[in-house]
Amino acid sequence: ETPHCLVHTMEVEESSTHPTTALREFGCEQNLLSRPDGSASFVQGDTSVLAGVYGPAEVKVSKEIYDRATMEVLIQPKVGLPAILSLSAGHTRFSLFYLCPVSLLLSRRYKASLCVSVCLCVQGPQLLACSLNAACMALMDAGLPMRCLFCGVTCAIDPEGHIHTDPTAAQERESRAVMTFAIDSAERRVMMSSTKGSFSVSELQQCIAVSQRASGKIFQFYRDSVSRRYSKML
Amino acid sequence: MAAGYNHSVEPLLKYRIRVKKENCRPDGRELGEFRTTTLNIGSVSTADGSALVKIGNTTIICGIKAELTAPPVDAPNKGYIVPNVDLPPLCSSRFRPGPPGEQAQAASQFIADVIESSQVIRREDICIEKGKLCWVLYCDIMCLDYDGNILDACIIALIAALKNVQLPEVNINTETELAEVNMKQKKHLNITKHPVGSSFAVFDDTIIIVDPTAEEEELSTGMITVVTDENEKLCAVHKPGGTALSGEKLQDCISRAITRNREVSKLINEVMQSAKLK
Repeated sequence: ETPHCLVHTMEVEESSTHPTTALREFGCEQNLLSRPDGSASFVQGDTSVLAGVYGPAEVKVSKEIYDRATMEVLIQPKVGLPAILSLSAGHTRFSLFYLCPVSLLLSRRYKASLCVSVCLCVQGPQLLACSLNAACMALMDAGLPMRCLFCGVTCAIDPEGHIHTDPTAAQERESRAVMTFAIDSAERRVMMSSTKGSFSVSELQQCIAVSQRASGKIFQFYRDSVSRRYSKML
Repeated sequence: MAAGYNHSVEPLLKYRIRVKKENCRPDGRELGEFRTTTLNIGSVSTADGSALVKIGNTTIICGIKAELTAPPVDAPNKGYIVPNVDLPPLCSSRFRPGPPGEQAQAASQFIADVIESSQVIRREDICIEKGKLCWVLYCDIMCLDYDGNILDACIIALIAALKNVQLPEVNINTETELAEVNMKQKKHLNITKHPVGSSFAVFDDTIIIVDPTAEEEELSTGMITVVTDENEKLCAVHKPGGTALSGEKLQDCISRAITRNREVSKLINEVMQSAKLK
């Protein structure tokens, strides 16, 4: 069986009503590797990430957990040794490790192992958000039962206090604070948050609200790309 | 165990019943109550600055070593601050000897982020001569007893130790171009911000408890750490996955973190004052 490929890109126009929720073009391709049970590549601006999911599979007795599946997250940079991860890559791994179990119903697959393997193809800005999106698409592709989907959104606050979603590398450098949130698809709540720089409480709440709005677009993109994929197969 | 709560087959069930029925935790604390925090500064005489913090049973010691070095090439007017969190096998059975584990690395990264985000010290202040000489502050944070909530304890230990640091005056001799250290003239660092962290654990997807113990951390479905400074600005909202929270729940955590900041700042000031009197 040849892997079914699909390329889907979306560009969100800068609307005049909510100029802050503008997202750049992003693209996704699911099921592009034949060995993993699910795979996806996600391209967002200059950043590109490839994710593969193996499982549920047999678990080593030593790693077995009696009431839930064992979860493993591997991150591999495109160049260099996987053992020596950059700080952002290490952070991504840590986040995915704590994030995936929430959306996956691990207790349904007890005594099984799941492995999420992420390859960072082009390490641009918003590596974390892009990796989260790629991982979610790969989990979806693997057909694992999930409680909700998740997506990553990055916001930057510039020195004048304006909020930009999906900042470019230059915007990120000049900004006063950068935050990345993972938003769940069910209730649009904050699953993960990672921040840099200092900001006020109202700015945080604004950024969360903006990210929640932006997440709607990403979830719509997920939906569109999946529906288009299956419409082609039928 | 001293807390009157023992390991059983179903610790979660026992815990759940207790929390739901009595709105109180196994160690008798209310849901929004921190454990007793104690602080001792200057505990390591061989370090340039040090502090020992206890939050309940959790014990963290921080020692700061200052060395002279050449400034980084990309920022010649700045010095270095290098934090490192060590979780040795001594502090808990969950840690093994060998290279630092995931949690220790994540904690080190978190502390480095807090220093960077909050601007505790302006890195320009620890540069002595632009492009030639600067201080490097090695902040070694070590856990002696792991009973949950190490991030809060690490930040308090770090700030108190930095406030305890006294650096000798250094001049560069214009003729020989060599550094001359005057050990008689010592100066405190200029600490511009006082970040304080507050950690919360989400329990049973709905209940938020403050300052979790190691046991509670294990039973929780999510953790969140909020770091604020004295101007009520946020320096970090760190939530590595776990149960999703709404904006309102986060707001509750932030409000609690702001009051905690006042409590801890008061504690640090009191300890600094009493140290001066000695």
